[in-house]
Amino acid sequence: MRLTINGEVHDVPDHVKTVADLLRHFGLDGKLVIVEQNRHVLDRDTYADVPVREGDVLELVHFVGGG
Amino acid sequence: MTANPTAVQDDVLKIGPYTFRSRLFLGTGKFPSLDVQKRAVAASGAEVLTFAVRRMNIYDPNQPNLLEELDLSRFKLLPNTAGARTVEEAVRIARLARASKLCDMIKVEIIGDPKTLLPDPVATLEATKILVDEGFIVLPYTNDDPILARKLQEAGAHAVMPGAAPIGTGLGILNPLNLSYIIEEATVPVIIDAGIGSPADAAKAMELGADGVLLNTAVAGAKDPVQMAEAFKLAVEAGRKAYLAGRIPKKRYASASSPMEGLMF
Repeated sequence: MRLTINGEVHDVPDHVKTVADLLRHFGLDGKLVIVEQNRHVLDRDTYADVPVREGDVLELVHFVGGG
Repeated sequence: MTANPTAVQDDVLKIGPYTFRSRLFLGTGKFPSLDVQKRAVAASGAEVLTFAVRRMNIYDPNQPNLLEELDLSRFKLLPNTAGARTVEEAVRIARLARASKLCDMIKVEIIGDPKTLLPDPVATLEATKILVDEGFIVLPYTNDDPILARKLQEAGAHAVMPGAAPIGTGLGILNPLNLSYIIEEATVPVIIDAGIGSPADAAKAMELGADGVLLNTAVAGAKDPVQMAEAFKLAVEAGRKAYLAGRIPKKRYASASSPMEGLMF
């Protein structure tokens, strides 16, 4: 499945079916990551329930140092 | 001891539903290392820490991240909308930050000029209105304009954060008169944000009657950030105490401290 993640096109394997799967695929499960899917901010509690689909545009963001 | 009705132990800062003992807000950018940063945060006594929202590096999931090493129950996070140039971008960043479920405060920061990094006042006011409506605790970073500060208050901002000088310049308080107008008229806390260079600047801001100071570069960029963080903690406390104690009026001519009576000659 082809997704756009943080502005780059990625091909992810078929076992990635939900946002939680996607985070696990990148080793980001357990990290403080905020997900926006097709411009819609997801509730963190729903990652395991939200499907990812071909062509989705995802932003994975987090907090970094800033003033 | 003191007849001052504002006893220091009762002197707390209230922003929206939150109460703080520390009046020093610390930014978390540009520190030389995570270890120095953690020790500086501790030395500052800050209860409010600012952060930015950025894309993750998905290729390096094990990058150190300050938030994962802090006891978040001890701090209130104040994410900023830094990087936003429009109302829409700022609102988007604010919503992303809140989706972390770690915070409901937002520092609205919409830059209007790349060279001075001065805020866009019109966009800042507009974003403040939207985010207040969405239930955020909104702290806009603003110009030192008293009329703008008033309009932000009217829009429901929970504090106003006028700059002392352009971000990261360390020039200190360039317009104490305007800041004093803002402070005098404010119905919400006034946090002096940006441009503070030294503890003297922070003390000055507090002596003017500011409710708090937000800074980052002045600590992160110091030769010894940990020692500088403590210096700022003390300066903010000193400035606050001085404000509560009430400074003497300025006079144009000398007045002796020693009595004129009982002179031997």
